[in-house]
Amino acid sequence: MHIPDGFLTTEVALACAVPAAVAVGIGLRRANADLDERRVPLLGVTAAFIFAAQMLNFPVAGGTSGHFMGAALAAILLGPWLACLVLAVVLGVQAFVFADGGITALGANIFNLGVLGALVVGGLMHAARGLPPRLVAGAGAFLAVMAAAGATALELAISGTVPLATVLPAMLGVHALIGAGEAIITVAAVSAVLSTRPDLVRGRLALAS
Amino acid sequence: MKLFTIVALAVAIGLATAVSPFASAHPDGLEKVAEDKAFIAASKAGDGPIADYAFPGVEDPRLATGLAGFTGTLLVFALGVAVVRLARR
Repeated sequence: MHIPDGFLTTEVALACAVPAAVAVGIGLRRANADLDERRVPLLGVTAAFIFAAQMLNFPVAGGTSGHFMGAALAAILLGPWLACLVLAVVLGVQAFVFADGGITALGANIFNLGVLGALVVGGLMHAARGLPPRLVAGAGAFLAVMAAAGATALELAISGTVPLATVLPAMLGVHALIGAGEAIITVAAVSAVLSTRPDLVRGRLALAS
Repeated sequence: MKLFTIVALAVAIGLATAVSPFASAHPDGLEKVAEDKAFIAASKAGDGPIADYAFPGVEDPRLATGLAGFTGTLLVFALGVAVVRLARR
């Protein structure tokens, strides 16, 4: 769902870049509080896994593919603010090295694919304390993709690229399928972490056992 | 932590290197909507050292994609750790 250059007006791109920069800034400031020294490599590995998984487009209906987004997984493993930082690293490398997602749209892509999902999942983790981690992971992953799709549609419409009534149902429809894929991958990844290092998930979800 | 990091990084590198060449080549959700709703022409193709996940100078497309995935995964890991290390000073 990476927005290329040319889809957004400068005003819309800037209006998205500002909250994205603020969220990434909070992530940088919380790198001390939210992450102890032993877990610094975990952040790198989470970013690397999300980059790798984003390359694995899976087919969904009608000649369309989807790929993993990763905001929910990052938020569950690292908390919402460091998740914003992780997605900014992934999307930055994709834009500057791989020409995947426009450089002028980078702020919007960080906002849509990183910040929105991380905050949705962060809120869900807070509200759903005590619920099974896999349930939070699955529901959060689906909602993160739908939030990203809705925001992308809105930004395209405000930019005058395509009418909202045209783009919003189309984006939400196709991303409902991709969101289901996101939920499956996120639950599988969280399950893999739970079976090897349950402390990494349980600490975050305040499910100390 | 060390073992977990090594295994998880190996999984990521393996996926990016060996599985990504076989990923679906269909347009993704946004690209498909842009084609169907006829605004794909507004997009401007960007450029980069490994544009479109094809490692430069490698003719075999699957090898080029796998090498791009390998490079990108290590780069993202290194950059993520470096950024956090700088932020923690």
